[in-house]
Amino acid sequence: MLLIHCPWCGPRNESEFACGGEGHIQRPDPAMAHDEVWVDYLFYRRNPKALHLERWVHAQGCRRWFNVARNTLTHEIRAVYRMGEKPPEGVR
Amino acid sequence: MTSQPFRLPTGGRIDRSRRLAFTFNGQRYEGHPGDSLASALLANGVHLVGRSFKYHRPRGIMSAGIEETNALVRVGSGARIDPAQRATQIELYAGLAAESINCWPSLAFDLGSTIDRLGRFLPAGFYYKTFLWPGGRWMFYERFIRKAAGLGEAPREKDPDRYEKRFDHCDVLVVGGGPAGLAAAYAAGRAGARVVLADDQMEFGGQLLWREVRIDGGPALSWVTRAISEMEGMPDVRLLPHATVCGYYDHNFLTILERVTDHLSPAAAGGRMPRQRLWKLRAREVVLATGAIERPLVFDNNDLPGIMLAGAVQCYLLRYGARPGARAVIFTNNDSAYETAAALFDAKVPLAAIVDTRAEPVAAAAKLRQRGLNVLFGHAVVAAKGRKHLSAVTVAPLDEGGGGLAGPTREIACDLLCVSGGWSPAVHLFSQSGGRLEFDPVLGAFLPGAARQAMRSAGAAAGAFDLAACLAGGAAAGATAAQRCGFGDGQVRRAPGAAPTAAAPPRPLWEVPSPRSARRNRKFVDLQNDVTAADIALAAREGYTSVELAKRYTTAGMGLDQGKTGNINALAILASETAVAIPAVGTTTFRPPYVPMTFGALAGRDVDDLYEPVRKTPLTDWHAAAGAAFEPVGRWRRPMYYPRPGEDMAKAVERECRAVRDGVALCDASTLGKIDIQGPDAVKLLDRVYTNAWGSLAIGACRYGLMLREDGMVFDDGVTARLAEHHYLMTTTTGHADAVLSWLEEWRQCEWADLRVYLTAVTTHWAAIMLTGPKARAVLARVGTDIDIDRAAFRHMAVRQGTVAGLPARIFRVSFTGELTFEINVPASCALALWRILMIAGGDGEITPIGTEALHVLRAEKGYIAVGHDTDGTVTPADLGMGWIVSNAKADFIGKRSQSLADLARSDRRQFVGLLTDNPQEVLPEGAQIIEAPTGSSYGRPPVPMIGHVTSSYLSPTLDRSIALALIAGGHRRMGEVVAAALPGRAARAKIVSPRFYDPDGARLND
Amino acid sequence: MRYSLFSLVRQGLNDHQQWPRAWRDPQPKPAYDVVIVGGGGHGLATAYYLAKEHGVTNVAVLEKGSLGGGNTGRNTTVVRSNYLRDDSARLYEHSLKIWEGLSKELNFNLMFSQRGMIALAHTRHEMHEMQRRLAALRLNGVDSEMLTPAELRRWVPILNPRPKPRYELLGGMVQRRAGTARHDAVAWGFARAADARGVDIIQNCEVTGIRREGGRAVGVETTRGYIAAAKIAVVVAGHASVVMAMAGLRLPIQSYPLQALVSEPVKPILDTVVMSGLIHVYVSQSDKGELVVGAARDGYVSYAQRGSFPVIEDQVAALIELFPIFSRLRFLRQWAGIVDVSPDLSPIIGRTPVENLFVNCGWGTGGFKATPGSGHVFAHTIAGGEPHPLAAPFGLDRFTTGRLIDEGAAAGVAH
Repeated sequence: MLLIHCPWCGPRNESEFACGGEGHIQRPDPAMAHDEVWVDYLFYRRNPKALHLERWVHAQGCRRWFNVARNTLTHEIRAVYRMGEKPPEGVR
Repeated sequence: MTSQPFRLPTGGRIDRSRRLAFTFNGQRYEGHPGDSLASALLANGVHLVGRSFKYHRPRGIMSAGIEETNALVRVGSGARIDPAQRATQIELYAGLAAESINCWPSLAFDLGSTIDRLGRFLPAGFYYKTFLWPGGRWMFYERFIRKAAGLGEAPREKDPDRYEKRFDHCDVLVVGGGPAGLAAAYAAGRAGARVVLADDQMEFGGQLLWREVRIDGGPALSWVTRAISEMEGMPDVRLLPHATVCGYYDHNFLTILERVTDHLSPAAAGGRMPRQRLWKLRAREVVLATGAIERPLVFDNNDLPGIMLAGAVQCYLLRYGARPGARAVIFTNNDSAYETAAALFDAKVPLAAIVDTRAEPVAAAAKLRQRGLNVLFGHAVVAAKGRKHLSAVTVAPLDEGGGGLAGPTREIACDLLCVSGGWSPAVHLFSQSGGRLEFDPVLGAFLPGAARQAMRSAGAAAGAFDLAACLAGGAAAGATAAQRCGFGDGQVRRAPGAAPTAAAPPRPLWEVPSPRSARRNRKFVDLQNDVTAADIALAAREGYTSVELAKRYTTAGMGLDQGKTGNINALAILASETAVAIPAVGTTTFRPPYVPMTFGALAGRDVDDLYEPVRKTPLTDWHAAAGAAFEPVGRWRRPMYYPRPGEDMAKAVERECRAVRDGVALCDASTLGKIDIQGPDAVKLLDRVYTNAWGSLAIGACRYGLMLREDGMVFDDGVTARLAEHHYLMTTTTGHADAVLSWLEEWRQCEWADLRVYLTAVTTHWAAIMLTGPKARAVLARVGTDIDIDRAAFRHMAVRQGTVAGLPARIFRVSFTGELTFEINVPASCALALWRILMIAGGDGEITPIGTEALHVLRAEKGYIAVGHDTDGTVTPADLGMGWIVSNAKADFIGKRSQSLADLARSDRRQFVGLLTDNPQEVLPEGAQIIEAPTGSSYGRPPVPMIGHVTSSYLSPTLDRSIALALIAGGHRRMGEVVAAALPGRAARAKIVSPRFYDPDGARLND
Repeated sequence: MRYSLFSLVRQGLNDHQQWPRAWRDPQPKPAYDVVIVGGGGHGLATAYYLAKEHGVTNVAVLEKGSLGGGNTGRNTTVVRSNYLRDDSARLYEHSLKIWEGLSKELNFNLMFSQRGMIALAHTRHEMHEMQRRLAALRLNGVDSEMLTPAELRRWVPILNPRPKPRYELLGGMVQRRAGTARHDAVAWGFARAADARGVDIIQNCEVTGIRREGGRAVGVETTRGYIAAAKIAVVVAGHASVVMAMAGLRLPIQSYPLQALVSEPVKPILDTVVMSGLIHVYVSQSDKGELVVGAARDGYVSYAQRGSFPVIEDQVAALIELFPIFSRLRFLRQWAGIVDVSPDLSPIIGRTPVENLFVNCGWGTGGFKATPGSGHVFAHTIAGGEPHPLAAPFGLDRFTTGRLIDEGAAAGVAH
């Protein structure tokens, strides 16, 4: 069970959170996007066996979304940062 | 038998002043408080306790602890059967009733043991090579194999006991209450850290409970008592006996199974306390002081009752005052068994010989030789003799390499053989934590390598077998752990001391050579699953050379003990057979739990009524009192219909439908999701999440909306009302209420952070009562409202706020039934009052409460979709014929772009239509598949191409015939065509029609 | 040597000293016609059918660890074909039909036991979905039948007898031809049979790179050197994204842990596979007597092969709700496999944008049952360069057109 430091509430058990998958995804401009670009956005996600930037929500807490930099092999959480922020230096 | 003939006259940590009666296989025995079932049986001279899994060979008690692989017994009866408990871990209580398992008709005479005679034809994996003939008859053989397999019987009744869970967190968790663990906990506690010390035994001390050693110049147990009593005085130290740490998960999260009342009889437990408690503990630092597990030696017939681990024998003598035999032999490859020899000597158990594999005399033997004991160096026990119990051992000198014998054998009579093949540090939790194991060739054991989490190992668990080193290492680990949590400076102020001893290195001997031909050899590696050294060799010969393959092929280490004693021997034999070094074979990953855990403890209190507690509306109790039949909808239970005496479901639903069409009815719609949306950018949010445009919605008006996923498929629908300039109320389907809010929040927070809008879930703040039917207005007028409900003033799709019957209310003129409807929302606390008032105002027997089924019939008559019923996540708005609600003017909304993907734009997609069966009384089953109409009444053999399926189907009381809704390929272009539903054995013809069966223009809505 | 009762007895008299290796342990050759990356059930089956059906025997199967060490040895061993969508039902039924004669064909007892699989329905919505699936299965020629609550209790007498359970039992569906098989044996049986036809099975050989020349794949870099290949087929389940990235390709795949656990072995108490969607339970009893319980998949991407504890807690609570008498049984072991999940929960089989590079992945939580069928259609696809008709709908291109085979969609419920 991961220990996740919610930027608003502090350290809490994983069971209070839900993972929303890859973070920092740019939604293409639907008017301009070709099918290939659009389906890439719809269906293709990074799936690294390494550090992964994700977004999580404190579903059973403050209900806030935020970013997590987590290693998918070791489960080490390298950084937690607020929505809209860039990954901190040293992460990625 | 009550005399306990094998109880030593003195000694042991048992309370001799009290006797506890218990039964084993129906026979009555006595023991004392402080006994385990195993020690009490030994004190009574009972050695044969079970039968092995495959060959049903006799099995005796082998160990004194958690690693026991042989002595599995059933405890309890009726609903409280525990099928296969380790006798070594069961604390004796008065009235304990234990039985042997896996034997019939009795333990002593077990018919299953005939299979042992066939053993030579049943090597590892034999079942992969046979039972192939005749083809496809495996299930015939399997029936017998299934009957033969399995150990105990599962209980046949519901568990009457209660289990509990508890969260906790601490600075330092110390696992294991032996010398290293106590020293660690003490040091960390002294430093001021919040400490939890967990140990699986009834009392702390670990090996000190049975070793005659001294700490700080006094008896070791005095030090234990002092340390425990001091720690009891430390407010931040929690001592947990009877508690086994089972799992080591990510981020220093550990599970601890505390056996709260397992050591009490059900009567004494009294039902007030839980049976077991699962601690879910987060520790900043962990100290693993889990000790080491002694290894058996692998020689011919090494599975006979009477053959025990040397350390266990010492434990039975000194901790329990029980004598496991009358004439002993010791067989060892290391120094530790010499303590057992001394204990046997002190207990006046004749010791016929000490057989030591090491060629050179060791210092530890010197003292014993002075006592006149016979030590045979460079020798091995090469075979054991006896039928149901050991009667003699065969001893022979080893050659230099240990792979062969260097001289003739001789026999030594004995009924107890104490074996020690060295010690394996208990690295299971370390391995679970993600740490890597390293092989130590001198100790012949895997030791913890680099840690991956905030933890350290100490004492025997780290390979330090000497007491002085255990104490020093434990204290240092505790102090360091505390320091890393911010307590103390990491220095040990007052370390407990013991005289260091120098142990001679062990001589690993993984497989003892045998004088008998290999054919008759039975050298067991896994005593529970009957895996022999020959089985491992066979696996290697056939190419199952990696440890995972060999384990799975032979089943070694797959039993209840998960190979705690046998795995290392199996591994070493595999390495030798494949001619590689032990670390090259690798070790299997240790997985949780460390010891078997009851399912009950994992479920905790989430059972019975607390398994997914039912959500209730303020009206649920009223519905129940009115005799409603309920159905689960999401986590709720909603009334499905309200049968009157003598009515079945069909009759009740028909009556409820007619009440809506002709009179007036009430429906509890409180479960529909409600999301309060406020802020200047609320309309922007709505524009982005719904397919239609919201800018034009006036204050006081409602609009229906369809919500898509980004892939273009329908996700949810509902009505949203504008209550004020920047204030909207969105409704969702019951089942998607949570999902829609989460979805909106994700977009709002992650993608549209610039929008000034806030969302609040208000589903349970407001109760919703649907007043529907042509007479609804009259009823509403009768209960009184300050809202002008005149037809012209309050039109369809409008919302008004005011009071109803004096209660604060919002009324929505929206309709899911197709009739005049006032959906009255009141604060939840007012709902029951309003419902009752409406029932009275509606007139006795006139106003009718209706359930979800009538609602479904009524909406289907109107052709309204039910999301999740008529859609399944693969349906687009165009498929539903709802292109009218998709704004072309809006540049973007969620799911818009996907509508133009090739497959979504196809014209032959499955489209939403109505179906009228040729036979008006025929109600098609929901889910029936639609095919092209065949010429006759049958449709041929599979495969039959399908063109759609029935999504909703009812008998319509209003139309006095059946109606159905369906998704049919290209259905919108096929209006009026006849297709068929493929029913079992026949095709039912039906015509494709518009789904709007009733009041297609909606005239009645505007009534 | 053929396996039989006769050979077993004869070898028994010989102290089992003469059993040959089940498969060779060859050194990798410098080049092969086909290199299959991944020595799990699907990869080994692919190799076997390449050799048997297409005469392609110059094949190597490269496995980074030991045979069947991934999901083949980590699943709950259930075999069934009762899928909703036509494309899925046909593919899985193709597989099930192969299963029915496979032990004999491979001369290896896979312990394929058609003890039936029962799915339970607790709400009317589930009943309707079940009727829909059943109707489709019947027309697709896949066996399945509805069961009443009374019939269900005859099949599974130990179902929760609580008078007012949280979710009432409304009915169920059984596929009698479904059942379980011994998972490890599937890898071993295919390995032995493929080896006998000349396939090189190379363990402890990890692929570290895929070499491309022009737009084509020409070989693989491995921990045991470079191996050239006319065709490369990647069948590595949870690691599909990682291996395909070596060829510069992205896949619509996410890798999640899927957990399972087993109880202590007990005498027979559960004769069939039982699953419930609403009370999330997936359980059977192995021939050894253990209850084998499958959990829901974890909620975040992971390659750790260690699942999250709360998932197990929820799983066991559901198990006890359905089978209260299991409360006192103990569980021995929990583990996780890494499953490769596609957006529509259906597999991806076929060619890739890189010439001569093929992929078979995305089986998600349901790959074991498909093992022989998957290998069979994939071998056809590799040998001929064109997808097998049953595999054709499962190409990567469906994520461009939007023609998904959505096996997950039927789950949503709302009123």
